[in-house]
Amino acid sequence: MEIHKTSWPMRVLVLVLFLYLLAPVILVFPISFSGDQVLQFPPSFWSTRWYTALFQNTVMLKAFWTSLTLAVVVTILSIVIAVPAAWTMTRTSFFGKEFLFNLFTAPLLLPTIVLGLAILIVFASFGLLATMQGLVLAHLVVTLPYALRVLAVSLGTQDRACEEAARTLGAKPLTVFFRVTLPMLTPGIVAASALCFLVSFDEVVITLFLTGPRISTLPVELYNYVFNQADPLVAAASVLLILLTLGVIMIVERAMGLGKAFVK
Amino acid sequence: MNAAAETAPRTWRSGELAIVLLLPIALINAIGFILPVLNLARYSFNQSTAGGGIADVFTWENWTGLLRDPFYLELIFNSVWISLAITLTTLVVSYPIALYLHRSTGSWKTFLTVLVISPLLTSAVVRTYGWIALLTDNGPVLSFLRYVGLPAPSLMFNIKGVFIGLTEILMPYMILALMAGFGRLDPRVEEAARTLGATPSRTFWKIILPLTLPGIALGCLLCFVLAVSSFITPKLMGGGRVFLLATEIYDQAIVTLNWPLASTLSILVLIVFGAALWAYSVVLRRLD
Repeated sequence: MEIHKTSWPMRVLVLVLFLYLLAPVILVFPISFSGDQVLQFPPSFWSTRWYTALFQNTVMLKAFWTSLTLAVVVTILSIVIAVPAAWTMTRTSFFGKEFLFNLFTAPLLLPTIVLGLAILIVFASFGLLATMQGLVLAHLVVTLPYALRVLAVSLGTQDRACEEAARTLGAKPLTVFFRVTLPMLTPGIVAASALCFLVSFDEVVITLFLTGPRISTLPVELYNYVFNQADPLVAAASVLLILLTLGVIMIVERAMGLGKAFVK
Repeated sequence: MNAAAETAPRTWRSGELAIVLLLPIALINAIGFILPVLNLARYSFNQSTAGGGIADVFTWENWTGLLRDPFYLELIFNSVWISLAITLTTLVVSYPIALYLHRSTGSWKTFLTVLVISPLLTSAVVRTYGWIALLTDNGPVLSFLRYVGLPAPSLMFNIKGVFIGLTEILMPYMILALMAGFGRLDPRVEEAARTLGATPSRTFWKIILPLTLPGIALGCLLCFVLAVSSFITPKLMGGGRVFLLATEIYDQAIVTLNWPLASTLSILVLIVFGAALWAYSVVLRRLD
């Protein structure tokens, strides 16, 4: 830290810019304890009425359970589908492998507004709109590329010596995979799961196209709520969402280091 | 990869094994990505009929209509121009943070990196709501401006608020892209320049900036692409009064139910993406 003496004006500038970057996330904390009927800062008095209101809001509660179920199902399916795919991509060679890898991660390059519309049109004819199956499938389209990429990096950088040793000692390929490769992949699986969970739980643009009065997710309901009125209820929900995110981030940090998981 | 033959179970030929293991991901990719995108391209040449119906005939009508309608021409122009302006602003406010992070070390650097990444993992709705709370008429920003006697223009439901909010929302992407490109910046080169008598500003313009241009190009590409296609922030902070490409796609698809027009606008967004990518590759070639 001391090799480079950063000048004071530069430090102040960086501090101000950090404040700008974090301001909206920080501000929702005091606002969630506002006692006012409308959004204003500073609040005229403090209370926990908006947390009470949130837990009495049946629409939000139902949407939360839908989101949670959806995110858990999507995360499990993502891992189950992406682990064999990532293994194939890193442990076998065949013609067109690079092309397939790019194709499987390509949905990330498409803006969600375009992907959402494209999926809406096709799912409408399949009768998948406003169904849990439709939401799971749509979310898998965006979570699988993340899972595949993280797992492929993990498998690609894994030390092969243990696999070789197991094989030389006579272990069958499936035994090698379940007894050696998979346990060594645990940090990668944790990181990929956390990422898939967050992506699915926070996904809003594609989901907006696919939800309706019958089924809706928490981000979509929050979006609808903010679109119609902006009162501190959403701040209370935001605080809980931020805490959930922090919890998941800490799991990833423990498992493999945040930088490695996301910068790659 | 010679290990492949040894690794694959002997009872399977490795080609068959690959097909089986890749089948699930390939199916989801086909149903949820390839088919929808191809279908989208086809829809942009279909005719929309009264009452939200679609006639399956080939027509250039959507495209020619789009390019003749002054509303859409202005919409496209505005979207591109505003996205460019937001990208440049994001670059200016992100650069000092990225440079500072690049120079920090140890746990301090880890802590700051987590601070930069965490907004990225927070829902776009939450962050936009945070900006609404900040910029609303009784919010802290306008209250402060009024308190110190400065003019306090309304920042909600117009492009100013969208600009401020979107810039902040794109900052983490820009910072990460810049840091990825800062690898070429060796502190010893800077030190050499300083030792040889260059002023800090001269060192910046002659050494630091040129060396970090690839990172700048990458960050700008990323942020421009994200700005053009951003939807949540313009929709919520614009209050239906800010018209950009992404919000128009949604309105045409969900409100007006004109899917062919929405598809045409989507393909247009992809064309803008292609143009941005082309510009990026030209810049990169120049830099080499």
